[in-house]
Amino acid sequence: MNTSLINYTLHLADNALILGHRNSEWCGHGPALEQDIAISNIALDGIGQARNLYQYAAVLSNNGATEDSLAYLRDVIDFKNLLITELPNGDWAQTTLRQFLFSAYQFYFYQQLEKSADQQLAAIATKSLKEVTYHLRWSSEWVIRLGDGTAESHDKMVKAIAEIWNYTGELFLPASYEKELAASGIAVDLAVIQPLWEQKVSAVFAEATIAIPEKSFAQKGGKEGIHTEHLGYILAEMQFLQRAYPGAEW
Amino acid sequence: MISFCIFTLQLMGMEKDMEQMFQEKIDKEIRIEPKDWMPEKYRQTLIRQISQHAHSEIVGMLPEGNWITRAPNLRRKAILLAKVQDEAGHGLYLYSAAETLGISRDEMYEQLHSGKAKYSSIFNYPTLSWADMGAIGWLVDGAAIMNQVPLCRTSYGPYARAMVRVCKEESFHQRQGFEILLTLSRGTEAQRRMARDSINRWWWPSIMMFGPKDDESPNTIQSMKWKIKRFTNDELRQKFVDICAEQIKILNLTIPDPDLKWNEEKGHYDFGTINWDEFWQVIAGNGPCNKERLDARKKAWEEGAWVREAATAHAQKRAQRLAEKRA
Repeated sequence: MNTSLINYTLHLADNALILGHRNSEWCGHGPALEQDIAISNIALDGIGQARNLYQYAAVLSNNGATEDSLAYLRDVIDFKNLLITELPNGDWAQTTLRQFLFSAYQFYFYQQLEKSADQQLAAIATKSLKEVTYHLRWSSEWVIRLGDGTAESHDKMVKAIAEIWNYTGELFLPASYEKELAASGIAVDLAVIQPLWEQKVSAVFAEATIAIPEKSFAQKGGKEGIHTEHLGYILAEMQFLQRAYPGAEW
Repeated sequence: MISFCIFTLQLMGMEKDMEQMFQEKIDKEIRIEPKDWMPEKYRQTLIRQISQHAHSEIVGMLPEGNWITRAPNLRRKAILLAKVQDEAGHGLYLYSAAETLGISRDEMYEQLHSGKAKYSSIFNYPTLSWADMGAIGWLVDGAAIMNQVPLCRTSYGPYARAMVRVCKEESFHQRQGFEILLTLSRGTEAQRRMARDSINRWWWPSIMMFGPKDDESPNTIQSMKWKIKRFTNDELRQKFVDICAEQIKILNLTIPDPDLKWNEEKGHYDFGTINWDEFWQVIAGNGPCNKERLDARKKAWEEGAWVREAATAHAQKRAQRLAEKRA
């Protein structure tokens, strides 16, 4: 059970860190100054959530692990983030769509996690939910704005959906550790949040005048350590200093 | 024709009176506000200075942004990201302050992209190691603060108020930068080497940040008279050198200037000759990263065009729908 709880906590931490890292790549390059600030802020929230979760995973591990050893010294096979979080940023349509699909998921997810039998996870959920509420509002607005903006922005949003949609199935496919913890009231039952997520996505897509793809195939594996080729490059960049100068304090 | 001439003369006389009244206000330390009368040259000087300052914040995000994805731990990553985000915020306050003088943000961007408007040359140097995040905080932000603190009392109200907020955050950044260097200086030999190399590269460009020597600074006299500027370039540079010469001792590192030594008589540190040729070359566009920095800004702006157009189009659609609903 402890191993499952560690894996589950790492899964949540990795989601927050990897998407935070991706969003941070926008800092200084956003389409408008206000939006540069907004996306950096969302990135910062992700990194903050990741820190809370890694710190908890380190305590649970009880083997000298720290938030930094967990973030900087694990390899691709150890990371348990959803594949959607590691996809390249693409253009502003892809970035805001990915954020919307993920934030809608995270919003309902944390609402459930607040009721977790694990008090620490419940507390982190409560803290994070305030931030995620804003992420969801901000990203919904962008999906609507671009879908219902110009012909060009509409096309780009449609293209973004084609790029990303197949990575949403994984959101609701429980990993082995999730199934085990859901039974004991610790992990969120994904079947409960799936219809809420679908409703939200339908409503926002309708306002954005874009359609949900009829066909989809769920790309999966992230939760169990089988990733896209992109994650290796993220880690190579992110972990560079820790790997090049082992044991140094920063 | 005669009456026209008299009218023009009267106007010229009025203008002179206005200028006198304006100067009296300045002398009495009364803030100038956007709707107040001001000489055209005062307005233009401020637009130039504030927009240049705003552009420096935005271009300044790039060299540090370069290390966000490679920050060595989660705490440093969060601090650096927050810092670069602060700079975007400073850009916003400053563009807004400049807008009160009758220029739009888009016009200012255009001036930046065309090369008409300048930004601080320091950002045309590359960030090659993590230690550069420390050196930029300590030296570059340190020099910026030295320039900016007096601007909190500058004569133009919106600029002065923007600077109060900017300075609060900048002094925080400067302490963070020093702390990065302090950690490196107490770390492994490889980390000390990183810190030494970084200070060697950033020291001279940092003291160039105060601008040309007083006798070669064409705008200083008028700017001092209008109290836009309160200290000369050389006064501020000396103050900065004096502070750094003491702080480097805490780092147990060396400032790369063999002529740096305390002058008892003057009560200040003497320092070596600045390479003004390098200074003017970088301003002329020949710094190591001038092209990269400007290209990055232009790319963000051009690739963001469709996003901004979509936002405008959607806002119009919404407004129209709302109007139809009300009708």
